Amino acid sequence: MSSSAPVVSLERVSVALPRGGDRAHAITDVSFEVGRGEIVCVVGESGSGKSVTAQAIMGLLPKGQLALTGGAIRLEGREITGLPQSELRRLRGQRMSMIFQEPMTALNPVERIGTQIGEVLEIHTPLSPAERRQKVLDIMAAVHLPDPASMIDAFPHQLSGGQRQRVMIAAALVLDPVLLIADEPTTALDVTTQAQILKLIAEMQERRGTGVLFITHDFGVVAEIAHRVVVMQHGRVVEVGTRDEIIRRPAEPYTRMLIQSVPSLEPPPRAPKTSTVALATDSLSKTYVSGGFLSGKRRVVKAADNVSIDVRRGETVGIVGESGSGKTTVARCIARLIEPSDGVVRIDGIDVAHLSERRLRPYRKHVQIVFQDPNRSLNPRRTVGASIIEGPVNFGEAPADAMRRARDLMQLVGLQPEALDRYPHQFSGGQRQRIAIARALAMEPALLIADEAVSALDVSVQAQVLRLLDDVRERFDLAVLFITHDLRVAAQICDRIAVMQNGVVVEAGPTAEIFAAPSHPYTHSLFAAAPGRNVRFGEGLAVEA
Amino acid sequence: MAVADATPLRPRASVVRQLVRSTSVVIGGFLVAVMVAIAVLAPALGTRDPAEVNPSVRNKLPGYEATIRDDDGNKVPVSYRFGTDSLGRDIYSRVVYGARVSLIVGLTVSVISIVVGLLIGLVAGYVRWLDGIIMRLMDGLMAIPAILLAIGLVSVFRAGLFAVIAAIVVPEVPRVVRLVRSIVLSIREEPYVESAITVGTPTPLLVVRHVLPNTIAPLIVQGTFICAAAILIEAILSFLGIGIPPEIPTWGNIMAEGRTLFRVFPHNILYPGIFLAVTVLGVNMLGDGLRDVLDPKMEQRG
Repeated sequence: MSSSAPVVSLERVSVALPRGGDRAHAITDVSFEVGRGEIVCVVGESGSGKSVTAQAIMGLLPKGQLALTGGAIRLEGREITGLPQSELRRLRGQRMSMIFQEPMTALNPVERIGTQIGEVLEIHTPLSPAERRQKVLDIMAAVHLPDPASMIDAFPHQLSGGQRQRVMIAAALVLDPVLLIADEPTTALDVTTQAQILKLIAEMQERRGTGVLFITHDFGVVAEIAHRVVVMQHGRVVEVGTRDEIIRRPAEPYTRMLIQSVPSLEPPPRAPKTSTVALATDSLSKTYVSGGFLSGKRRVVKAADNVSIDVRRGETVGIVGESGSGKTTVARCIARLIEPSDGVVRIDGIDVAHLSERRLRPYRKHVQIVFQDPNRSLNPRRTVGASIIEGPVNFGEAPADAMRRARDLMQLVGLQPEALDRYPHQFSGGQRQRIAIARALAMEPALLIADEAVSALDVSVQAQVLRLLDDVRERFDLAVLFITHDLRVAAQICDRIAVMQNGVVVEAGPTAEIFAAPSHPYTHSLFAAAPGRNVRFGEGLAVEA
Repeated sequence: MAVADATPLRPRASVVRQLVRSTSVVIGGFLVAVMVAIAVLAPALGTRDPAEVNPSVRNKLPGYEATIRDDDGNKVPVSYRFGTDSLGRDIYSRVVYGARVSLIVGLTVSVISIVVGLLIGLVAGYVRWLDGIIMRLMDGLMAIPAILLAIGLVSVFRAGLFAVIAAIVVPEVPRVVRLVRSIVLSIREEPYVESAITVGTPTPLLVVRHVLPNTIAPLIVQGTFICAAAILIEAILSFLGIGIPPEIPTWGNIMAEGRTLFRVFPHNILYPGIFLAVTVLGVNMLGDGLRDVLDPKMEQRG
């Protein structure tokens, strides 16, 4: 085995999809390599075949569905494509290992952390239990898990998301593999946790000389840790290059389009709005009480505490925060999907916070909401036309009139009016999100709440939907409340933002001011954690399609 | 702004085609169809009056040929394909007519359980404050065994179809309620239901339009299993003598009657037993197949 051979090299690797798929191959002629101590990012949108590439290397392609049809995969110069399962099993864990997106589901909930990390050792080494335990403690210390001596006997649910991902990394690295494959390992994590995990992966690669194949859709992450970048689209490699080549001087139009779609962290200057206030909340609170009578300890959680936000017509106000910050609770209180425990929600001057469902109904049409998951925001059993006209018909509009308006709305959100009698599954995620916007607009609302409305979308689609939202805001003089965890998106679309943490608004003000000079330490740490903050991304929103 | 590209029309595998492709749906459906045909066409299948007692041909083996006088005094040849029981009744006719009772009980019980369970389940899942009360009540009902309940009902009312159906429905309803409630609880959190709330859809319409359709597929599947269980329990109750009165031919009654002479004349129990087993097998296979086709989660795994 020559030491100069790359850790892993792929040569014209193809994987066939089962018949009846939307294309013949999941990946076609994929070639690249990962050198020793190198971080190679595979970046692409959903359906680009980046995860299939990782599965092919690990020999983990789902049996009976995907099959390797051509090409060679070499691990440290040794061909591994035709190897029997037993041989591959020996290599997995020892020479190559993998970490996944969901740290919760990747760990067994009923086994102790130490046992799970030590499992690889138990299978692949003749070490005694005591030696194993020592080695597990060492690796846990190496990935900076706090107090390994007591955590080794903890169960996964006792750890935070970031700690669980550290455990996964510890288990992957305990045998010092030459190749670590990380499949979107930080996508499910909050931005501050993500920053820590990225730092850890970079540190491990440096200290141990591990080659890392890092799969991601996030160019911020790429800018943060990649040495080299592989851009994939529709199962093919579009472009390979060093990080700076790809990010600063992309050669291919597709790469350029992707990078231009990444919203910049620098908010454009915006004039303050002085129009009438469409929504004002005053000391809005939502308290959840669990337990109590008959069922154990009483627990009180303040999901939202004393939140006061106002949005003017034609203005976009962002609520920014990590998971559990209470931003969605605030949105749901305003939309009156839940009743606030306390406080005032004034829509066009009327307090709707505690109205009964019957009294509330006339005000329902003033507030509309667009949800995160495009797969679930439309009833799969109803045509999109039926979904769009449902609201207007509820308020007495004749179905034929409503349908006529729905046709105009479809055109407005960039879809063909003829598609009204199709079902949601016939549309892509971005298209479904456009339909959800059309449904909201059909009510002619004063306030549109976008609850992480672009978070589940690919970056190029995200840019289009953001442009659409901005477009309709202007055209209908809408007040928009934009809930997001993504600072880049917030920077581009919001006039003002409120930063939330643990149910409390810690800082609020014009976007440009907060981005320029955050005053609260939490806001500081959020900005510091934003991946790729040192790289200026293309003026995606400014470039017209 | 640019109009997004034409919406790609992905072909949707039709449910009917999937059903036809599923082996267990085809086999189960065929068995059930045969049983239904037998029950409906019973008079045309060369049967005699299943209640007719003829002391001269008691305890005959299958295939026995006899000549008996009919009502007008003419001698007619009769072939007892499945033999006769200890009262000289034709077992073939009794088994064929017995299919009627079994299928009526199975169908009635599943329809009543599904409808009642669906209504209670929707209320329990949607009206939060009623949830606890209804579910504790259901837990109580579930604790009553069908057989004990049947004995109780028979001692209060007369033994008969009504008592049997009531005795089977009561413990089945809570199972349906649980199923419906759990579906409602997960569907009511779906963004599309919440969107419907924000566009002002009144609650009854919301439930019927957005929640109810999601319960139909699982309920069809559950219905087949209830049907199979009901057919079995009815046979058990009749066998124990607490179900349908013994003069009415049901598979359970035939077996109960043949029990005493089982060692000498096993056909008394064998034929109704085979019919019972085939019917339950058919209904269960149909239910299994339907679940695989209708339940999207199972489909992905398969």
